[in-house]
Amino acid sequence: MAESTLRRPAAIGTSGERTSTRLEVTATPGWLVALTWLTPLVVVASQAYFILASAPDRDMGHLQKIMYVHVPAAWSAFLAFLFVFIQSVRYLWRREERADLMAAAGAEVGAVLTGLTLMLGSIWGRPTWGVWWTWDARLTSTAVLFLVYVGYLALRGLTDDPERRARWSAAVGILGALNVPIVYMSVKWWRTLHQMQSTPSTVDPTYAWGLRANAIAFVLVLVVFISHRYRALLAEYVMERRMDEAALSRRARA
Amino acid sequence: MSRLPQLSDALALNDIAHRYGRRWAVRGVSLNVARSEVLAIMGHNGSGKSTLLRVAATAIRATRGSGTVFGADLVRDAQIVRSMVALLSTEPGVYGDLTALENLRFAARMLGTSGDALELQRALDRVGLGREGHERARNMSSGMQRRLSIARLLLREPYLLLLDEPYNSLDPEGAGLVNTLIRETRARGGSVLLVAHDLSRSEGLADRTMEMRDGLLVESPSADGERDAAAASDTDDASDLANADVVEISAARRLRVERGGAR
Amino acid sequence: MTAPVAALRPLPTPAPMTLGPSLRADLQRVTAVAWKDLTAERRTKANFNAVVAMAGLILLFFGFALGPDAEGLRNAASGVLWLTILFSGVLAFNRSYQLELEAGALEQLLLYPGERWTIYVGKLLANLAFVFLVEVVTLPLTGVLYHVAFPERWATVLLVLVLGTTGFVSLGTLYAAMASRSRSREVLLPLLLFPMLVPVLIAASGATASLLVGDVMGDSRAWIRLLAAFDAIFLVASTWAFQFVIEG
Repeated sequence: MAESTLRRPAAIGTSGERTSTRLEVTATPGWLVALTWLTPLVVVASQAYFILASAPDRDMGHLQKIMYVHVPAAWSAFLAFLFVFIQSVRYLWRREERADLMAAAGAEVGAVLTGLTLMLGSIWGRPTWGVWWTWDARLTSTAVLFLVYVGYLALRGLTDDPERRARWSAAVGILGALNVPIVYMSVKWWRTLHQMQSTPSTVDPTYAWGLRANAIAFVLVLVVFISHRYRALLAEYVMERRMDEAALSRRARA
Repeated sequence: MSRLPQLSDALALNDIAHRYGRRWAVRGVSLNVARSEVLAIMGHNGSGKSTLLRVAATAIRATRGSGTVFGADLVRDAQIVRSMVALLSTEPGVYGDLTALENLRFAARMLGTSGDALELQRALDRVGLGREGHERARNMSSGMQRRLSIARLLLREPYLLLLDEPYNSLDPEGAGLVNTLIRETRARGGSVLLVAHDLSRSEGLADRTMEMRDGLLVESPSADGERDAAAASDTDDASDLANADVVEISAARRLRVERGGAR
Repeated sequence: MTAPVAALRPLPTPAPMTLGPSLRADLQRVTAVAWKDLTAERRTKANFNAVVAMAGLILLFFGFALGPDAEGLRNAASGVLWLTILFSGVLAFNRSYQLELEAGALEQLLLYPGERWTIYVGKLLANLAFVFLVEVVTLPLTGVLYHVAFPERWATVLLVLVLGTTGFVSLGTLYAAMASRSRSREVLLPLLLFPMLVPVLIAASGATASLLVGDVMGDSRAWIRLLAAFDAIFLVASTWAFQFVIEG
């Protein structure tokens, strides 16, 4: 009996855990190691270059350069959310545990990036408008997105059963992602209706290249962080499954 | 004990294992129930028999393994399976604020039957609740609620009857009712899978009896004290792994794997 | 007591393998679930009374916080109204699942044949009725406490109310299916639900505010369209997601 419980069951139907035995912890792949070393260099280089090389903004001086971090961080945060959405759909469609772990990794990194975006936006706003917060469309939508992430992570934290956790967070992730453009639109309309001045354009042409370069750098940051986080979650998952296997075969009668 | 499943088998379970969180309730069970057969599974609390029943009912999707009911897969064809099985679980599953009749009418309409008043009253009469139709379920004793859930079973004619501790909280009359239900189902060509810790009230109805212990089926009841003690204990945490690799995540968030004995 | 085993109709062989979808049966299930929820609710009016009392309390509290100046209150009225609806309505959703969890009824509920969406829509309808009834009380109360004149375009205000509430309840019914079975359910439901309702709050209170002063700029039209789109998207999404969420 001990043997039969460890052997992959010969299934009549398609029910049962199919993929867990395929998930293994491997050594960090070469591309990831290279990227992990490369990325901070790229970030530092592109930040340093554009901060030093670009002229101070005519209105805001050097402060405007905070946009080199704030805007790419925002883009990456939204990209992370798109990633969570795709992985959540993939999980519900194929019930692949890997997809759930990727979604979780994406959400964790996305939450951090969103928080960073908010903080930087706040820091930029203070000297610019004299206030720590401005209810402009982008910042406010980002704040809502942050709360959606927080809810997602809270749900994961409060749900113990791994299968239920995966299903529920996938549903929340998908619906949350669907809402992001709607939230953005409604906040934008809300602002224009109240005839608030729109945020000064942050895309001065001289800054465009800087933003693009830094955006690429931040996407690399996103990839590296999500990959490492995913691998950590995978390792935990594989360990738990191995412990479960051991518990399954323990005291099993032959 | 398990032979090749045939399409005509009422229930065929193949290597079912299921865990709740980190604890395995069922560790690898295969069994078949033929048409017109009554199979009884005995076991103590925590032996996994309830979980097994729920897997057969499609109330739970097993972590491992597969199964069919009359050839319909438990996962892929769950809807079809549900139309063929009926589960009597340990909890009555009734709505406290609704009356007995209202509970039955709800069940009938969910089942897709007409649920006319006569049919519902007949079901109540059969289980001895004929005069309690307008009583709220909340005000009934547990035995009466049990009978109400049996009445719910009578609203349809399941091909496979799944009974979880059916004799609990029932007086001899109620127990006789359950046995009649079992006989009727078998006479019709249906099958019954019954789990209980005590089969003394089953009037020997079972065609076959098995025992389940610690998530596995056993061939015969054991008088082995050591195994009983082992079955009774429940610790499944990391410190209890006997022969397995020991894996630890240290403070540095690194995996450290050790082979050999338990720590 | 052993009743004689009567001559029973034998079960046909082989067992039926096909199960054609029947819309009529599904609609019957929807109404059965809705009726069951509403009946259970009707029997214990305690919940409804508590939620209405809560709504009244919230209205008062906002009033205290905003100050007695009539002009200020009138300006804040539509925002306060919608906040009140959201904060008091959210208390109703978990209850809808509580009654399933009480005596293990959820397990039986999931074993009936039929698609999962029938359970969702049934509960949605019951929750809608509940929240609408709360609004029947809340709306006039807001008008009184916040010095709001009876709006000329009251029909449009009602439309906004219906659209906003539908979006609110459709998401609430879905998320409560998860929250009611979690730890920290009282905080988890608002935490998950409210970020999703930002468009509803903005659009509904914006449209209501506009309509209460005659909607000179025609703003309400855009908001109503947004609400309708929101409802359409999330009714479909929630109905679809429900099957994954309600499973054991």
